Amino acid sequence: MPHDHHDHDHLSPSGHPYRADNDTQLSYWQCMEIAMRELLIAKGETTAAEIARQVDVMDARSPADGAKVVARAWTDPEFRARLLADGSAASREMGYDVGPMNLIAVENTQGIHNIIVCTLCSCYPRNLLGLPPTWYKSRAYRSRTVKTPRAVLREFGVDLAQDVTVRVHDSTADMRYIVLPARPQGTETMDETALAALVTRDSMIGTGLPLTPADL
Amino acid sequence: MVRVSSMMPPGHVRTPTYLRGKTGVIERSLGAFANPEELAYGRKGDMRPLHRVRFTMAEVWGEAAENPDDTLDAEIFAHWLIPLEA
Repeated sequence: MPHDHHDHDHLSPSGHPYRADNDTQLSYWQCMEIAMRELLIAKGETTAAEIARQVDVMDARSPADGAKVVARAWTDPEFRARLLADGSAASREMGYDVGPMNLIAVENTQGIHNIIVCTLCSCYPRNLLGLPPTWYKSRAYRSRTVKTPRAVLREFGVDLAQDVTVRVHDSTADMRYIVLPARPQGTETMDETALAALVTRDSMIGTGLPLTPADL
Repeated sequence: MVRVSSMMPPGHVRTPTYLRGKTGVIERSLGAFANPEELAYGRKGDMRPLHRVRFTMAEVWGEAAENPDDTLDAEIFAHWLIPLEA
């Protein structure tokens, strides 16, 4: 019963604490954001509907977009070459504009494993993967990935052999990165759509590997 | 071969502290981009060459490196790089 508390006060039926209401005062920057937004709308520079539409555009992006790019690179050698030569142009070709940023695709091979991090903030290939996971922005991920990438990878379930070279990419300026994972074995007969289902978000950050047909 | 300057200027810079003073090789040059040290203060930002520099983990972390031959690539603006004899 919802009000049958006993000693389970403040716990939801699933045993987790209820989230507190956000009854605190707005911070300085929250006030600034509201003021700026209202001024831009009042002066006719934008509209509330346009802002809501942009939020929808951001929310509509997901790792499924990046997965389509990877699956195409796995099946189309010329596209793969274009993606590795100019990631921005190749992803634009598939309708995923990277905007003012530049995209670099880094390829995993038998001997090389790539992993992406942004130690300064949270730079992420949002045009292909949507919003970053919370852990990507954490100090722990950002500081540990550049120093002990193999330990971080083991925590993600990826245990690399010593003869595989790890290449860490720190997005410190105007580039954004996506990992082109190696195509799993046993997928020779799969088409592009089926292959895209194997491509996980983490496999494109480098913290994971693609699924194999046995995982499906 | 290039060495990242070990200067510690105040203000917004995009050269990570952990790479200052470290030696690496230019993996590729990326063209010119507006200087973030100017952009951060509302200025226009002059165009500066940007490079991807590759460091070995041995160079960055010394004895503490997990695997000395693993690498770390970062984007560093040319005005932070000191050319070295190969």
